Amino acid sequence: MTLPNAIENQIGNGIENAGAQADLEITAVPERRHVLDLDDFSRPEINALLDSAKGMAEVLGRDIKKVPALRGRVIVTLFYEASTRTRISFEEAGKVLSADVINMSTSGSSVEKGESLLNTALTIQAMSVDAIVIRHPHSGAPYLLARHLDRVGIINAGDGMHAHPTQALLDLFTVREKLGALEGLKIVIVGDVLHSRVARSDIWGFAKMGAQVVLCGPNTLLPLDLLGGDGGQIPTELASVKMDTDLDRAIQDADVVMALRLQSERQHSGFLPSVREYIRRWQVTEARLTRAKPGVLVMHPGPMNEGIEISSSIAHGGSSVIEEQVTSGVAVRMALLYQIANQGR
Amino acid sequence: MGSGPLLIKGARIIDASSGMDQVGHILVVDGKIAAVGQVSQDQVPDGCQTIDAAGLVACPGFIDLHCHLREPGFEFKETIASGTRAAAKGGFTSICAMPNTEPPIDNAAVVDFLRFRSQAEASVKVFPIACVSKGRLGRELSEMEELASAGAVAFSDDGDPVYDATLMRLALAYSLDLGLPIIDHCQDLSLSGNGVMAEGAVASRLGLDGIPAAAEESMIARDIALAQLTGGRLHLAHISTAGSIHLLRQAKDRGLRVTAEVCPHHLTITDQWVLGGVGKDAGAAGPFSYDTSTKVYPPLRTQRDVDALVQALAEGVIDCIATDHAPHDATSKQCTYEEAAFGISVLETALGSTMQMVHQGSLGLADLVHSLTVGPAGVVGPAFDGLASLNTGTPADIALFDPDLEWVVDPQEFQSQGKNTPLAGVTLRGQVVATFVDGKMVYQSETSKTGAAS
Repeated sequence: MTLPNAIENQIGNGIENAGAQADLEITAVPERRHVLDLDDFSRPEINALLDSAKGMAEVLGRDIKKVPALRGRVIVTLFYEASTRTRISFEEAGKVLSADVINMSTSGSSVEKGESLLNTALTIQAMSVDAIVIRHPHSGAPYLLARHLDRVGIINAGDGMHAHPTQALLDLFTVREKLGALEGLKIVIVGDVLHSRVARSDIWGFAKMGAQVVLCGPNTLLPLDLLGGDGGQIPTELASVKMDTDLDRAIQDADVVMALRLQSERQHSGFLPSVREYIRRWQVTEARLTRAKPGVLVMHPGPMNEGIEISSSIAHGGSSVIEEQVTSGVAVRMALLYQIANQGR
Repeated sequence: MGSGPLLIKGARIIDASSGMDQVGHILVVDGKIAAVGQVSQDQVPDGCQTIDAAGLVACPGFIDLHCHLREPGFEFKETIASGTRAAAKGGFTSICAMPNTEPPIDNAAVVDFLRFRSQAEASVKVFPIACVSKGRLGRELSEMEELASAGAVAFSDDGDPVYDATLMRLALAYSLDLGLPIIDHCQDLSLSGNGVMAEGAVASRLGLDGIPAAAEESMIARDIALAQLTGGRLHLAHISTAGSIHLLRQAKDRGLRVTAEVCPHHLTITDQWVLGGVGKDAGAAGPFSYDTSTKVYPPLRTQRDVDALVQALAEGVIDCIATDHAPHDATSKQCTYEEAAFGISVLETALGSTMQMVHQGSLGLADLVHSLTVGPAGVVGPAFDGLASLNTGTPADIALFDPDLEWVVDPQEFQSQGKNTPLAGVTLRGQVVATFVDGKMVYQSETSKTGAAS
């Protein structure tokens, strides 16, 4: 197939320019082998990553979204759980950077024949892959791979109830783009924090950037032990995190309100008396939002249960940055892939 | 088991059954203790093998009330042969095998099988524990009298609790005239749920389902009430929380026939080991987090619990140390934390890790020996008469150990098939040098082979 000269030139220029630009933006990011959670990121490293993501966002805004930064690199997405946005977002991020992205889903693979996670990952490593993006229902699954694989960078795309660091980074990116700085902001995360890997990583991310995090929800769905419990060492970075069961009080003067997905099985397993009572006490509504700061941002990691944890009018209203979160996700994942899949070059 | 006469010279002899703690000699003739302390030259037979034990501790061989030999049914995890070799290396001369095998030890034929296999292959003495309930299903009592006659020394559905309170009541009542204890695996399953480690800050941080201390304590409270109701003999397996000690102390104060054991790992390491990097930078989770070899039931708990357990052991509130040796094949542990099997391979590290309490000054050496010999023997009773003693005429079951020798734990050197220990790479201080069963040397350390024995 031959392309008209004009278009070919355009692609060529795009590649050259973007390549140069991308390199310029990214050299400042400290070296890192895996992205497992945000607890081992420093504030300068997060800032450097967000800066690099900004450069990536610029690429995404171009007419032709393609740069050669990861040409010749192979990335496998290994998803043991359903996903729409995270998976497509990683795939797009890899492809825009010219990596070859192979999506492996567990159905139709040897996983169905009972192959263990570790053996599956070792098999993928043996195919000269540069990075594995893994989502798994068990907390710590990416750590298992990081311990046993020696030639592949691991990116955690969500493990059990533990962590979802790329989501947290895109949340940080979105807020920084909208409000300028993260330090001193009041971030209210409301809902099923206990079972939320997004919240756990967001807590680390926002706290490390100097924001004030308030977790809000029923006592049965708050990670009360995270900040207490006897004998546990509370990391100093989390010392400022607070918990409150009263959303009307928690939302006071908030800069950001993030609603979390409420899974209906929480009612059946007894964490809640009813979804109805949850809505009454913890739904993010217009009335409640008036207590927040003017210009408050409303966020949600998705997928949403509109009318349960968040009212429809808020989800699609002027304060909502839920779609911007999704867009940011691609840029942030480009920045991460660029770094992790480019090792040993 | 034929063995020639043996003289152990110049050891620090600690015999908690007689209160002996002195430097002296032990003479063994015909598999029995012939003399202890002072041994005159004319007592020593011609051709007597002599071991120079200066600087070493000699004591009755250790007794373990709680280990999993996995045979029959799970020979890919451990066998009677490998498990008892591990026991010998750990200084244990008598061990009790838990009945959660396949088939379970719930009838006399399986007890006979175990005895037969032990006679053929075991390095140390093996005592079967039989199931409380048929098939370990928690519905009907096993044929306890027949099991006792066949050689069972206690009853337990270990691995699972006796969940039905009435069945537990009946077990405590029915076993009364047999004189054998019911060993209680204390776990309220509805509270432990899907938990995989201790509930608390570390579990929350790692996003792992927690097991609250109340899952153990509520079951202990229930069963202490049932012991009071029936007058039965209740032995609490592997207690792990400060609250459990509170309940145990109360029960003993009230004169109930309740005893308890504690495991080496619950006395020495905490849930911080699941986060990993203990002794390094504990600030961040890393590839060393979620080490599945730390997954055990009851779970590793907090330093507060560890301190309370050590104190209770030193005060004699806890009767003994038991290993809960739970060997696993590599596959059962090379997976995510949720998927991994519960259990630690303990026999070969038990002395080294519990000696840590002695070196730190929180437990006397004689008290440690007591908790590994007289303590467990007393829980079971007559079956262990003479096994926790160095008195003249008792079987020459002897552990000889160097209390100060430092060594690095390498699971690949384990005799046990189970390499699953969180202590891999950890330096322990205190190592078994030799173990004797009925006067026969069943283990000798590599380092001592070149030196001490002559």
